[in-house]
Amino acid sequence: MSEKKPAKWVIDVRQITKTYQMGDVKLQVLRGIDLRVAKGEFISIMGPSGSGKSTLMNILGALDQPTSGQYFLDGVDVSKMSEAELARVRNRKIGFVFQSFNLLKRTEAIRQVELPLMYAGVPNRTKRAKAALEAVGLGARLDHLPSELSGGQQQRVAIARAIVTEPAVILADEPTGNLDSRSGTEVMQIFQRLNREKHITTIFVTHDPWIARHTNRVVMLRDGRVVADQKVKAPLNAGEAERPSEAEELQGVFEEVYYGGKREEYN
Amino acid sequence: MDLAQTFRVAVESLLINRLRSVLTTLGIIIGVGAVIGLVSLGRAVEAFIASEFNALGSNILQVTSAAPRSPTRDRIAPLTSREAQTLLRPGVAPSVVAVAAEYQLFGQVVARTNNTTTTIRGVSDNYGTVRNWAVSVGEFITPQHVADAARVALLGLDVVERLYGSRDFNPVGETIRLNQRSFTVIGVLTERGGTFISEDNVVLVPITTAQSRLDNARTPDGSFRVTTIYAQARSEAELPSAVEEITQFLSEAHGVVFADEQDFRITTPSDILGIVNQVSGVLTVFLAMIAGISLLVGGIGIMNIMLVSVTERTREIGLRKALGARASDILNQFLIESVLLSLVGGFFGIVLGGVAAAIGTALIPQLTITLSADAVVLATVVSTFVGVFFGYYPARRAANMRPIDALRFE
Repeated sequence: MSEKKPAKWVIDVRQITKTYQMGDVKLQVLRGIDLRVAKGEFISIMGPSGSGKSTLMNILGALDQPTSGQYFLDGVDVSKMSEAELARVRNRKIGFVFQSFNLLKRTEAIRQVELPLMYAGVPNRTKRAKAALEAVGLGARLDHLPSELSGGQQQRVAIARAIVTEPAVILADEPTGNLDSRSGTEVMQIFQRLNREKHITTIFVTHDPWIARHTNRVVMLRDGRVVADQKVKAPLNAGEAERPSEAEELQGVFEEVYYGGKREEYN
Repeated sequence: MDLAQTFRVAVESLLINRLRSVLTTLGIIIGVGAVIGLVSLGRAVEAFIASEFNALGSNILQVTSAAPRSPTRDRIAPLTSREAQTLLRPGVAPSVVAVAAEYQLFGQVVARTNNTTTTIRGVSDNYGTVRNWAVSVGEFITPQHVADAARVALLGLDVVERLYGSRDFNPVGETIRLNQRSFTVIGVLTERGGTFISEDNVVLVPITTAQSRLDNARTPDGSFRVTTIYAQARSEAELPSAVEEITQFLSEAHGVVFADEQDFRITTPSDILGIVNQVSGVLTVFLAMIAGISLLVGGIGIMNIMLVSVTERTREIGLRKALGARASDILNQFLIESVLLSLVGGFFGIVLGGVAAAIGTALIPQLTITLSADAVVLATVVSTFVGVFFGYYPARRAANMRPIDALRFE
């Protein structure tokens, strides 16, 4: 029953629920999510641990199936597909970027990027992989192994791997979570540039408000429901604004008891 | 993804984990090497024994006394020299062309101050030609020696060595004492070796000398007892008719009424070869079974390592699935990995078996150990099978992993 939608929405999720059976206990993680994402959007899905954002991410990435509801990806109903069809959808329509990079060990950058093309069985793999690596600024490091690259560079290889199949959407799960602030900024710049220049639809899953402020729209989950879905008034450009320190964020919450450190920092 | 791509991915994965791959194949290398080496050894032993028996003469029958199977008869009439000669009379056994007789006893040989115990065989003058025995020095026993019951002796090389300290000593003309009687050495037998018992520990004397001077083998009817009659059939094809003729003649001569009462046994070379081949065949199967067990252990080793590898590479499997690998792609990749491991192991196992065969041939000059083509084919087939059989379960486990579980795995 794949009713053909005009592909106005890249992602069109309708009343999705997900229930896990944990022994005798039923655990309802998603309690009816509606979400529509247009082509070229750059959104963040936020929420505390246990809010269901990872489960939603898995369903959006066709790694898991919803218990009920419908999910149209690029106009095609994904919620009833077989395992082999899902593999094909993941291969063609989705690019994943993970917090821990998930590169193959002892494999050159160019081969990492070729991998999804290999599973797709398309020709001109090397040429396309090279172009993708150049797009993330790694044109000079095609033959490097992960162990010869910095964390930021490894994540850029992973981004190249995600975009090489020209997917409908990129799903990034805490993509800057394992990086220091400088590499994190670099990676964020690449995502923003790809979104701006190539109109690649990008979905971040994060719990970091600072990261969310760099995207154009924020969807907030709590206890398996969408509690807020709003546009960002003035998205930040990566590298232009200074990240506030913890001290600034915690301004005015402390008592006057002093245990150590620089006194003026928190006043 | 097509199979060629999967193959490439599998090869790359194996190369990335080089040490583990090598250690995994080790089990198969040793298993296949053992199968090939031991089977080749078993075959070589069989071939060697067969050639030894052919050297004895493939158309020679051996007649000896034997206890009758039937309880109705317990008397054993001895085989005699007269019977041996009668076999050659026209009309008695037309399939038989030559007959040699042997009278065997044990005795002490003394030369100078040395002595040894040995088998003394009194033999007829044609014993050398019928049984393929030859002399390296001196001459064989002549008809004249037999007619005269001459006190002459031929020595086997073991006896020469024990009496004179060296196998190279030429004892022709020396005097020795056999069971207290003086003999003159007239020659030395060529080296015969021997599979189980050395045939070089022997002294040959004229049969008449053994029957009358070293022993009293006279029978009541005026002939002499013999231990063994060797009858040479006209050809291998005529062996069965020779057996029949000799059986008929001896049954009549010994008063045998029923076949069960036979007090002699006729052994054909194929009987002996059959028994020996049966023994060495069992030996080969036994060796192959031991080797097969090590191959099984090697296969379990592959399964073990593949299972560890699947667990260790859970995240990689999850990633591949996230990037679009189907379950069948993962299954094929892991199956190809394990088949490649066991095939490469099988190849080096064949090499190892070949090296072992070469070393074995060098160490045991009597044996020519060769790799047989069927052993190589078998090893290849078996190691492929081992790879598929022991690789399937781990590969299935990998293929059926849910991508989210695999990606979450730490």
